[in-house]
Amino acid sequence: MGALLSFIGVLVLVLVAVIGAKANMQFILGVAVPYAAAATFVIGLVMRVMKWASSPVPFRIPTTCGQQKTLPWIKHDWVENPTTIWGVLARMFFEVFLFRSLFRNTKTELHEGPKLVYGSAKWLWFFGLVFHWSFLVIAIRHLRFFSEQVPGLIQLLESLDNFLQIGAPGLYLTDLALISAVTVLFLRRVVLPNIKYISLPADYFPLFLIGGIAVSGVLMRYFTKVHIVGVKQFTMSLVSLSPKLPQSEIGAIFWVHLLLVSALFAYFPFSKLVHMAGVFMSPTRNLASTGRIKRHINPWNYPVKIHTYEEYENDFRDKMKAAGLPVEKE
Amino acid sequence: MAKLPKPEELGKIDYTPPSTGWMDTPVEFKPGYFCNAAKEKNLAGLHMPNARTWSVKDEDWKLPDNWKEIIMEGLRERLEKYRSLRIFMDICVRCGACADKCHFFIGTGDPKNMPVLRAELLRSVYRKEYTTAGKILGKFAGAREMTIDVLKEWWYYFFQCTECRRCSVFCPYGIDQAEITIVGRELLNLLGLNIDWIMGPANACYHKGNHLGIEPHTFKSSIEFFLDDIKTITGIDIEPSFNRKGAEILFVTPSGDVFADPGTYTAMGYLMLFHELGLDYTWSTYASEGGNFGFFTNNELAKKLNAKIYAEAKRLGVKWILGGECGHMWRVLSQYMDTWNGPADFLEVPKSPITGTVFENARSMKMVHITEFTADLMKHNKLKLDPSRNDDVRLTWHDSCNTARGMGLLEEPRYIAKQVCNNFFEMPENTIREKTFCCGSGSGLNASENMDMRLKGGLPRANAVKYVHEKHGVNTVGNVCAIDRATLTTAIDYWSPGVRVSGLHELVANALVMKGEKTRRTNLRFEPLPGVEQVDDDQPEEE
Repeated sequence: MGALLSFIGVLVLVLVAVIGAKANMQFILGVAVPYAAAATFVIGLVMRVMKWASSPVPFRIPTTCGQQKTLPWIKHDWVENPTTIWGVLARMFFEVFLFRSLFRNTKTELHEGPKLVYGSAKWLWFFGLVFHWSFLVIAIRHLRFFSEQVPGLIQLLESLDNFLQIGAPGLYLTDLALISAVTVLFLRRVVLPNIKYISLPADYFPLFLIGGIAVSGVLMRYFTKVHIVGVKQFTMSLVSLSPKLPQSEIGAIFWVHLLLVSALFAYFPFSKLVHMAGVFMSPTRNLASTGRIKRHINPWNYPVKIHTYEEYENDFRDKMKAAGLPVEKE
Repeated sequence: MAKLPKPEELGKIDYTPPSTGWMDTPVEFKPGYFCNAAKEKNLAGLHMPNARTWSVKDEDWKLPDNWKEIIMEGLRERLEKYRSLRIFMDICVRCGACADKCHFFIGTGDPKNMPVLRAELLRSVYRKEYTTAGKILGKFAGAREMTIDVLKEWWYYFFQCTECRRCSVFCPYGIDQAEITIVGRELLNLLGLNIDWIMGPANACYHKGNHLGIEPHTFKSSIEFFLDDIKTITGIDIEPSFNRKGAEILFVTPSGDVFADPGTYTAMGYLMLFHELGLDYTWSTYASEGGNFGFFTNNELAKKLNAKIYAEAKRLGVKWILGGECGHMWRVLSQYMDTWNGPADFLEVPKSPITGTVFENARSMKMVHITEFTADLMKHNKLKLDPSRNDDVRLTWHDSCNTARGMGLLEEPRYIAKQVCNNFFEMPENTIREKTFCCGSGSGLNASENMDMRLKGGLPRANAVKYVHEKHGVNTVGNVCAIDRATLTTAIDYWSPGVRVSGLHELVANALVMKGEKTRRTNLRFEPLPGVEQVDDDQPEEE
């Protein structure tokens, strides 16, 4: 149900773009919406992060995933239980770039007996990694549409991505990888009963949206062939803040692609996609494990009424004296 | 407590989710899966809100009329206080990596025990109240109204989470269900909705110094009772001190060690070790609790109970504090104590009087875990050990959730265990260290009326024990946690009979060759040592 609804949502966006392009609404599709989406993305994300940052981190609560720093002869796991900024940076590096925690994933199986077995389950990690990395490479490749002289780094990335040299224009591996990964991530949501059970429309929608972006991009590059020079002139005009709509017809598929990308940008700050920023701020991962080494300050720590020793002794003085326990007041 | 089914019955677990969506599946209070309601006197004793007599099974939980307002205001306040909560409400992508990592989900198959869904119980309300999409799109954005049924669902599932943090190890963003459960329970406590197994001990601890409500004279006599046993076994007289000013070290351990087997053997172990070292230390009857059931109630109560440790250290004028074997006690000490009640600038950086080792890792908070202390002694050859006395023990090591994932105390206990025990076998890799499984009864859920749930939650741990029991003949599970000592015995007797539970310092004391001791014939449990003939009870013990 959630999946169907999300699919329809993306389909509506596609239709809006197609109809809009036919109805000469290029200015709205090409200028107004992209600018609004970009602004929403930047402002929304900044506000979201500021909202998070406005709440303090009152306690030092890293999830320790390795040996603590202790006696000098016991090997300290400085990455999984870091006590320094370098350890934290290393831990965050592995988390953000290699999905360290997801790499631990196991699959629990129950056999007769009962007997529990925890098998290796790296598929989620693998396709998660493929999805994010190919998306990143594709995003970086797109910078060629936003710079007059294409930087050498992007050209290098493009040639690496195209190293198989299949077809003309050459097949980018990341295009293939992204579509495969989106497909797998979608399929596991509908095939695995428990994952299906926890999935919300908000989980399917970004998958369809990103899938739609990838498919429209692929169609444009390999099949329907848009007017690429016109596209570049247009994107350059957008980025230099003097938008000029393309003079000639560049193909409806481009407007579909652009609208879906705009939708993704606008949707981003209000969705689970903010995990992109949130992962850096997660206190269980980005705090050094120094709770005993250095006092962590809680800005809202306030004094509390405690049951003092004096009150305690008052309650039990006679019993304490009879038992030979020392007392403050006779 | 309902009559327990056989393990084969209880071990049949259906992981198929219901045909109705989780928001449309009402919570069912199954007997054996929840604890009794907090009693009026225990709520009142701590001035908790809405102290009254109520029952979980009643339709009416006797809530104030503005209960919803209280919950929403409480949630708003906590979102402003805890960045963890704010972030964890927003960034979960529901990838499901945490789902089958929770011992309660593995044991029950109840989808709301998947950490992701347990968190959604709160998130759905958060979305409705605090997000634009949730306000407009409602259910399609994963949002729902706060209702009395939702409240009851929270209660059922937030007291079906042991705050063990295993899910947070596997989560790609480190989302920690413990943080969400802690906040969820805080909110419930605003309405007086605790369980009595937590509220009773917390109330006792506040007024009497420990969870079990042992009064000072009884605390002393309980320990003296151990001295008689030690005398019988070793022939050695030990004279510990209590509430003594001017001692070098204050020793604090969970009161469970003083009260119930097999924790008591661990307490005997401490006494013997400290005596052998001639340690200048004192017990305290005022700070006679290392554990903290306030931590399972709310932040303020946790701080109140914890405050006694530093206060007593200051009053007695000790130099530093040594802490006994306990799990959540050490999460609280490592990650909260210094922040709450520090700075402990009246104490010195802990230094072992025996080896001279300075515990730099406790530089600020000034409290040392006993396995850090003992491992250091052993490394410096300060103890004479005869591990063959433990030759009847085939040991495996259970890492306690909190010392593993809230501290990283992994190698110290293993080093000690291997020094005092010749037969040591690890459980499978996915069930130990940071991936260790909870006993199923942590965070105050070690009552008896919820036994079905405890046993189901204990299944993954017990099952790994069974594996090494069958493969290596393991007959003992070692640990450094008072809750484990109290509850794992039950879970393991049920799922994997023939294996017993032992604290580490029980094993240490069995192997410890003490100056002037007589030939030992039994271990601390009065069982004959390996190679010794059956002890004849009729014979006088004195040689």
